[in-house]
Order: sequence, then structure tokens, then C-alpha cells
Amino acid sequence: MAGAFEHPFAVYLRAAMIPHIWCSGCGNGVILNAFIHALDELRMDLDKFVVVSGIGCIGRTAGYTNVDSFHTTHGRAIPFATGVKLAKPELEVVVISGDGDLFAIGGNHFIHAARRNIGIKVICANNFNYGMTGGQVGPTTPLEALTTTTPYGNVEHPFNLVHLATASGATYVARWTTLHVRMLTMSIKKLLQRKGFSFIEVVSPCPEIYGRRNNMRTGLEMMEWFRKASVIANFSDPAKAEITPEKIVVGEFVDIEKPTYEQLLYGKIAKIVKKE
Amino acid sequence: MVANFLRAPMNEKKVLKLKAEIHILKDQCKGCGFCIHYCPKKVLEESDEINARGVHPPRVVDEKNCILCSFCTAVCPDFAIFVRGKQCMDGC
Ligand SMILES: Cc1ncc(C[n+]2csc(CCOP(=O)(O)OP(=O)(O)O)c2C)c(N)n1
Ligand code: SF4
Ligand code: SF4
Ligand code: SF4
Ligand SMILES: [Mg+2]
Repeated sequence: MAGAFEHPFAVYLRAAMIPHIWCSGCGNGVILNAFIHALDELRMDLDKFVVVSGIGCIGRTAGYTNVDSFHTTHGRAIPFATGVKLAKPELEVVVISGDGDLFAIGGNHFIHAARRNIGIKVICANNFNYGMTGGQVGPTTPLEALTTTTPYGNVEHPFNLVHLATASGATYVARWTTLHVRMLTMSIKKLLQRKGFSFIEVVSPCPEIYGRRNNMRTGLEMMEWFRKASVIANFSDPAKAEITPEKIVVGEFVDIEKPTYEQLLYGKIAKIVKKE
Repeated sequence: MVANFLRAPMNEKKVLKLKAEIHILKDQCKGCGFCIHYCPKKVLEESDEINARGVHPPRVVDEKNCILCSFCTAVCPDFAIFVRGKQCMDGC
């Protein structure tokens, strides 16, 4: 066995960092598992692979994956990833980060990276709150949900991430929950094979900080919510895919191709150099 | 000829069947219960044992019922369970 513990995926993990710090029933581990599964099935060249995370519980992913990785400052995973991709376009650059990191403090970076079609891949663990800092309300917290900063129920309308990504110009957009591990793995494989800006939202349980304030004390109870509420509607209108307690629309929403920023940029540079 | 060969009835006794081998890394388990709850064949249950993390890891009820779907492996957040198919002739 190659890793320090016996598991077929041990080689993809930094043995000294495992077991990870995530709570029992936390969806982050399921996302990491699906991500590694996709890497394994695609037999990716790990020497050409970079994982970038921001700060948050899910941000620990950068430290767990046994590839070149950056654990960046809060909200700045996409700018770091952009820098890596533009410096070395041949690298496969994947951002794995949280709803707060990518859509609150990092919201502008997300929409402009999508608009420019920078060839980076973004996986967001949407656990509806700021898990790491104690469960504050965030940009995806549902209306009326209880968090440490909305003790009487949230009055802010949440972002619909798949709609936001589509409107911003992402070329691949999907949403799954951590219960849909098979579809999620399939989707991550697609994300890794696309050229342009690609995005997957993973609806993920945070039982310890979010779930228990909202009548779901365990990861299992949150997974049961996903099971009951999920409706698969591939290539349906992302504008109508809002997440409510009754309905979570999952599936693929966008799968198109257009020139990437790095293709256009390096193409332009090559032309100018030729002229001179 | 090839077509005839393909149509011949399968001799079940001569086919190499895969036998499930379920590995549980007990001390890595955090006791979320995902594997137990979502196993389509109810192959796993919570054990009475308490592991290094103070939770009850799963135990195998009956390995023979396992259909090697690997859902438990895929859904475990803690890399604490995996399944392998062992090839064997009848009765192993
Ligand atoms: C510039 C800056 N502002 C605020 C923080 C505090 N902080 C750390 S993690 C976090 C939010 C994490 O939420 P999310 O990205 O959803 O990740 P989760 O913990 O839920 O996985 C915040 C606000 C920080 N570390 N740096
Ligand atoms: S606080 Fe929530 S998101 Fe963070 S590790 Fe615990 S369950 Fe997971
Ligand atoms: S492989 Fe499938 S059938 Fe076998 S124990 Fe795991 S979930 Fe159950
Ligand atoms: S899914 Fe993993 S961590 Fe959860 S109970 Fe099963 S073996 Fe333990
Ligand atoms: Mg979060």
C-alpha cells in the first residue's frame, strides 16, 4: 500500500494530514472523496495539477490533496488560480472553496473570471453559512434560516449560484448534492476535461454549525433533506433553480465552448510579436 | 461460429464470480452512518464497539449480500471504508 493508511485513494492524500479535521457527517469529506475519485478515473497527470483553496473549512482541501496546492487568503483563491493559469497555461488549475469565500468576499473575482472565460475550474462547497468562523449568515443562506447572526431568521435573499455562474459566462455549470456522489464524480470528470471556466456547486451538509440550528442535527438528517428535496432536471433554466426547503434542483445546466482568456491573450501576443 | 459460441448457455459453475471484501478502517471512522444508511443491500450496521474517536464504526452484517456497488466507499467522508472484489470459483 502506498499511503500511510490502507485505502485505494491514500496516494492522493497527504498522509500526515489525515484524518482530516472536518466534523462527523460534514460534506467536505464527500466532496474530497468524489474529487479524488474523478482524478483517479481520469488518470490525471498529477505533476501538471494544481489545487487552490481560500479560507474556510472546505479551504483545508488544499492541504489534504497530495498535489501542488495553494491555501490562499480569504476570498482570493480565484486571483491566485488566475495567476497560476496565466503563467503556466498547460497546468490544470482547480479551485475548491466555500460559498463565503467565493461569493461574499470573493464574489467579484468569480464573476469576472467567468466573464473572461479563464480556463480554471471552480468547485464550491455550499453549506449555506460561514462554517469555520462559527456559522454566520452568508450569501447563500436561505431566507428564514437560523444562523448565529440571524437568530430570528434570515431576511436576505440568497444567491442562486448556478444562475449567477451561467449569467456571468461560465462554459460548464452543474449542481449536485453530496448524496449524488456518482453524478458529482461524473460532473467533476467533465469539469476537468473542459477548456473554459467551469463551475460545480455542491450542496453540502454542515451539521455541526448550520444543520443543528435548522432542525437537522446530523449529517444524515441533512442528507435526508437532500434526498427528499432534490429533483434532477438537466439543462433546465438555471434562473428557476432556486434552493428552497422543499426543492433543490440539481443537474447540469450549461455545457458550451468558447475561446478561453489564455487562448485569446497568448494568440494576441503571438500576432503582435510576428508583426514587429 | 462465433455467434454460436456466444449463444451457448453459460455454465454458472465455471464463471469466475467476484466476492466482496469489505474493509473498514475502524479508527478512521467518525460515525456519520452514511455508509450504513445508504447501502442498497443493508450489508452494514452500527457496531457496539467504540473506536479511537469515541464513535461506533460500522460492521458487516453479511458480506454475501454485497453487490460491490461501492456506494459506501464513495459516500464516506473519512476514507474509512472500501470494498474490493476478489475473484474466486464457486464456494469460496
Ligand atoms: C480577509 C478575511 N476576512 C475574514 C476572515 C474570517 N473568515 C475565515 S473563514 C470565513 C468564512 C468561511 O466561509 P466559507 O467560505 O463558506 O467556508 P466554510 O467554512 O463554510 O467551509 C471568514 C469570514 C478571514 N480569514 N480573512
Ligand atoms: S463546521 Fe460545518 S463545514 Fe466546518 S467541518 Fe464542521 S460540519 Fe464541516
Ligand atoms: S459495496 Fe454497495 S452493497 Fe456492498 S456494502 Fe458497500 S454500499 Fe453496500
Ligand atoms: S461513512 Fe465512513 S465515517 Fe461514516 S460511518 Fe461509514 S465508515 Fe464511518
Ligand atoms: Mg460555507
